[in-house]
Amino acid sequence: MDKEKMKLYWKKNIKFLTILLIIWFVVSYVAGILMAGPLNEIKIGGFPLGFWFAQQGSIYVFVALIFIYVSWMNKLDKEFDVDEKE
Amino acid sequence: MDVQLWTYIIVGITFAIYIGIAIWSRAGSTKEFYVAGGGVPPLANGMATAADWMSAASFISMAGIISFAGYDGAVYLMGWTGGYVLLALLLAPYLRKFGKFTVPDFIGDRYYSNTARTVAVLCALFVSFTYVAGQMRGVGVVFSRFLEVDIDNGVYIGMAIVFFYAVLGGMKGITYTQVAQYVILIFAFMVPAIFISIQLTNNPIPQLGFGSTVSGTETYLLDKLNGLHEELGFAAYTNGSKSIIDVFFITFALMVGTAGLPHVIVRFFTVPRVKDARISAGYALVFIAILYTTAPAVAAFARTNLIETVSDQSYSEMPGWFSNWEKTGLLTFEDKNNDGKIQYVADKEQNELTIDRDIMVLANPEIANLPNWVIALVAAGGLAAALSTAAGLLLVISTSVSHDLVKKQIAPDISDKAELWLARGAAVLAVMVAGYFGINPPDYVAAVVALAFGLAAASFFPAIILGIFYKRMNKEGAIAGMVTGLAITIFYMARYKLGWIGEPTTSEDWWFGISPEGFGTVGMIVNFAVSLVVSNVRAAPPQEVQEIVDNIRFPRGAGAAQDH
Repeated sequence: MDKEKMKLYWKKNIKFLTILLIIWFVVSYVAGILMAGPLNEIKIGGFPLGFWFAQQGSIYVFVALIFIYVSWMNKLDKEFDVDEKE
Repeated sequence: MDVQLWTYIIVGITFAIYIGIAIWSRAGSTKEFYVAGGGVPPLANGMATAADWMSAASFISMAGIISFAGYDGAVYLMGWTGGYVLLALLLAPYLRKFGKFTVPDFIGDRYYSNTARTVAVLCALFVSFTYVAGQMRGVGVVFSRFLEVDIDNGVYIGMAIVFFYAVLGGMKGITYTQVAQYVILIFAFMVPAIFISIQLTNNPIPQLGFGSTVSGTETYLLDKLNGLHEELGFAAYTNGSKSIIDVFFITFALMVGTAGLPHVIVRFFTVPRVKDARISAGYALVFIAILYTTAPAVAAFARTNLIETVSDQSYSEMPGWFSNWEKTGLLTFEDKNNDGKIQYVADKEQNELTIDRDIMVLANPEIANLPNWVIALVAAGGLAAALSTAAGLLLVISTSVSHDLVKKQIAPDISDKAELWLARGAAVLAVMVAGYFGINPPDYVAAVVALAFGLAAASFFPAIILGIFYKRMNKEGAIAGMVTGLAITIFYMARYKLGWIGEPTTSEDWWFGISPEGFGTVGMIVNFAVSLVVSNVRAAPPQEVQEIVDNIRFPRGAGAAQDH
């Protein structure tokens, strides 16, 4: 693969990573830890919201992030013709 | 039928399954022994990774810890799942493309240095041994309670089983046994959780039941629990008592440590393609999340049930489980004010009940009066969790010795067959050592497990990340970074956790209020900083290494994992 194309592919990969890792940080460290106190004032059913993010919500989001990454990358690999043949 | 008989039957059947699989999937070559031939389907790898990952600590101890720590327990929940996002996005696909057998392989080749390789081998051995000692102990504890043998004999039985499939089957045997173990452990964890959720809240899904109202009332379960806690003088269940900075640093150290643990990383070498490495990290996290989102619900249920059963009740009217666990010494009652009732309160002077948090999951079905077969199932699940993790760790240990040390450094000409026998020999030795630690646990087992995560965070993680994402990274930078990251983390643990250096310390002395458990995060930052500085004042890595880095950044041409 030529250098320029490779650079662009890598740049797009880094962009995906950055977006997903920001979400990763926000749901766990911001919502579940740093802002957990104030968020606990809000109740979802019986759950204080900060507590819910810390013990439930962040984990659901983590799962979603990986599947989003997989689908984005599979598309990107095809687009740049660097995917694996069967 | 009584619990004893049920336990013999269910544990007997599961063990027969493990041994059957071990014989069916014997390893015939080093490639099969190290990475299961590189042909594991991603879904199976996801399940095996989940079983590998969820240890006796996840199955037996975690819900118990959360039960006593409330909100603070979130450090384990987020810490031990969030690391998979890092693995899937930053590590697994590139390491799979790189296509070797072990983490020290990557470090050694990427940093064109046997010194770097040796540092990595030592870290891998240290991390795996500290971890495996805890697993063998877990096996002993489960056996001693449910089969009524003493803990030592429990460890021997565990050693014999692990010996069978780890030594014979290598990674191939372990992988398929772990698939079976995952099914057993998740079933064993979910059945009591669902039963108890229905009992307490009328909602069969524990993840929802935990946020519902207590059956027959308008009060939310968590509000009720907070109320009980306040009455007895404990911190509110949903608030916890650790400082924000400490929770932050511990969570981070656990996440990064997870992504740097060699027995987890090596699982992604076993799938056929880069694509499969990505998706199997996703599957693994789904399988892990089923247990990890249920555990906090179990914790809250168990806490409520426990307080309601014992608090201010008369000792003579305690149910059978109470005296069963008293016999093990893990539950003790001392009637300080001689009123014949159990005072379970936060105040140490007045509290009369001491409960080992490890027994919460195991005792939970008994506390909730569930049928005997459920109790036996939990025993089998605990054993599955401990054995699957122990086997994965033993494999890393034997591979480090036979592949990273002997094949790559001492005797490169060794034949595949001889290397395979060497790997088996190393596995036998590792089982013995693990068994020894299981029978004679160092009293700082819990402390060294925290150390294992901190060390993985402070050593491997930055070296691997920079190796992939920073082409200019050279061997001087990587070695200096790993060594300083390790040194400062070990120093902090020795000083503030193990008390090996200097005067005794308290939490007042911690740097920035960061506990030793969270210090791996600082070690990691130091490693990154030192690596970058040193790397920039020394020459860039050779052209062929830079080409390796270019090459691992896209999936095509991954092929099977191979030796050369």
